[in-house]
Amino acid sequence: MSISRADIEKVAVLARIKVDGEQVSALEKDLGNILDLVDQLSAADTDSVEPMAHPLDAVQRLRPDVVTETNQRQAFQSIAPATEDGLYLVPKVIE
Amino acid sequence: MHNKSVAELSRELESGKISSVELTQQFLDRLKQEDGKYNSFITISDEQALAEAKSADEMRSAGKATVWTGVPFAHKDIFCTNGVRTSCGSKMLENFVPPYDATVTEKFKAAGAVCLGKTNMDEFAMGSSNESSFFGAVTNPWGLSNGEKRVPGGSSGGSAAAVAARLVPAATGTDTGGSIRQPAALCSITGLKPTYGRVSRYGMIAFASSLDQGGPMARSAEDAALMMNVMAGFDPKDSTCIDRDVPDYTATLNEPLKGLRIGLPKEYFSDQLSPTMEAQVRNAVREYEKLGATVKDVSLPNANLAIAAYYVIAPAEASANLSRFDGVRYGYRCADPKDLMDMYTRTRAEGFGSEVKRRILVGSYALSAGYFDAYYLKAQKVRRLIQQDFINAFKEVDVLMSPVTPSPAFIQGEKTTDPVSMYLEDVFTIAINLAGIPAMSVPAGFVDGLPVGLQIIGDYFSEARLLNAAHQFQQVTDWHQREPQ
Repeated sequence: MSISRADIEKVAVLARIKVDGEQVSALEKDLGNILDLVDQLSAADTDSVEPMAHPLDAVQRLRPDVVTETNQRQAFQSIAPATEDGLYLVPKVIE
Repeated sequence: MHNKSVAELSRELESGKISSVELTQQFLDRLKQEDGKYNSFITISDEQALAEAKSADEMRSAGKATVWTGVPFAHKDIFCTNGVRTSCGSKMLENFVPPYDATVTEKFKAAGAVCLGKTNMDEFAMGSSNESSFFGAVTNPWGLSNGEKRVPGGSSGGSAAAVAARLVPAATGTDTGGSIRQPAALCSITGLKPTYGRVSRYGMIAFASSLDQGGPMARSAEDAALMMNVMAGFDPKDSTCIDRDVPDYTATLNEPLKGLRIGLPKEYFSDQLSPTMEAQVRNAVREYEKLGATVKDVSLPNANLAIAAYYVIAPAEASANLSRFDGVRYGYRCADPKDLMDMYTRTRAEGFGSEVKRRILVGSYALSAGYFDAYYLKAQKVRRLIQQDFINAFKEVDVLMSPVTPSPAFIQGEKTTDPVSMYLEDVFTIAINLAGIPAMSVPAGFVDGLPVGLQIIGDYFSEARLLNAAHQFQQVTDWHQREPQ
């Protein structure tokens, strides 16, 4: 199965990864090959098969609604690219 | 000392012949001297290691020593280590120093083990050759004497190479599609991928959350069992971890194998397997027959669909997991972003390597509107078919045996231009992750001087039986004791 340049450009925006023209050409080939590999799935008869998410079909556990973690904002923000007054800084979003 | 097993080093420390500080210093000196040849470490954490060794010696004088107290080892650079850089082999996390420990890290610390540093790996554990690491490729210690630079396998290639080169007696690894077993096989060491949910994933940087599992990489089944005694167990911080008693994995190592029923999946002895590799694997199976096991052929009819299902599920989950790397809270951020979108897209374009980007894009595509049912849902259904094959096989036999890889370690650069040829490296290991069952790689001989691994696959939570089967094999063979020249 092939994937078009337009598809690659669209999915790159969805994935928030900048790609340039030359990269799109390389990705067209590589992603096309990967999708060819994956296409074998369509031959499998899965009509009455339940999809499997956890090998042991475990479900999400619940825990008591109590505070178990302490606030470590300072430690966590010490490794951030840019912070100010306890806030994470990003380029201006609202004019 | 560098040639001793974990069990032997533990006895040396216990006898008082050497302190952990002395032992740790010896290992650090050797590591720095030797690793230039292999590039198996990303970070050597001298200072922390010596501090841990000092605490270990104190723990011992206080009479609180465990088997692991004072014994050096290493973590794959995917396990978060408080205060020690954890890069996951990526430029994205080149300067990331975690403010917390992974549960596995915490458990080794509590046992008093001494972590010498963090081993090299494929970027975000995506690869089968350790060539996608931002910190450079790892060289397999085997083949070097002929002047050949071969891959150690991946993604836990640094751990495998370091253990094979006797730089550390043991190291942790993680396995999403074969990343413990394949490098263990190519480097002639012993590796175990446990049952999904047996070892906590908390603080283990996520690749594909429904497949990832941490496990031991060591020189023998006995040492792997000692590692499992530390690593395994329920953790409320990992929502998919299973709450189930942990046995003492060393207690059953010496059980006789008489009557063990071995199945050979015919799909894993296909024409993809080189004939010389097949001969080695069949020789290993014959050793088991001598030990009293019975052998029969079995079938895993959906085995041919495993790679296709994996290359939907793993990239889809990776695309979701790796969305956290956005340049905001930690990790790499591009220079001078002009707006928020520019910051996200350039941070991720510059911070991730090409294989990681390929997988994120495939995953985003498979999950995008209009394609979800055809790809992800379909792959999850096929996943159940694959699981059912194993469930059926284990009604007839106790363990399955097969090769780990279709061929021995290849030359660096041989497969980097064709991603799909690299994916086929994992043709015999990937279905095990999809089913969530445990499997081991055990040294089983050589082809042209390069190691061959035997894969032993078990039913859910049968790690103790796998380790027992591997240990008994290692009592009658010496493949695991051979050293690269």
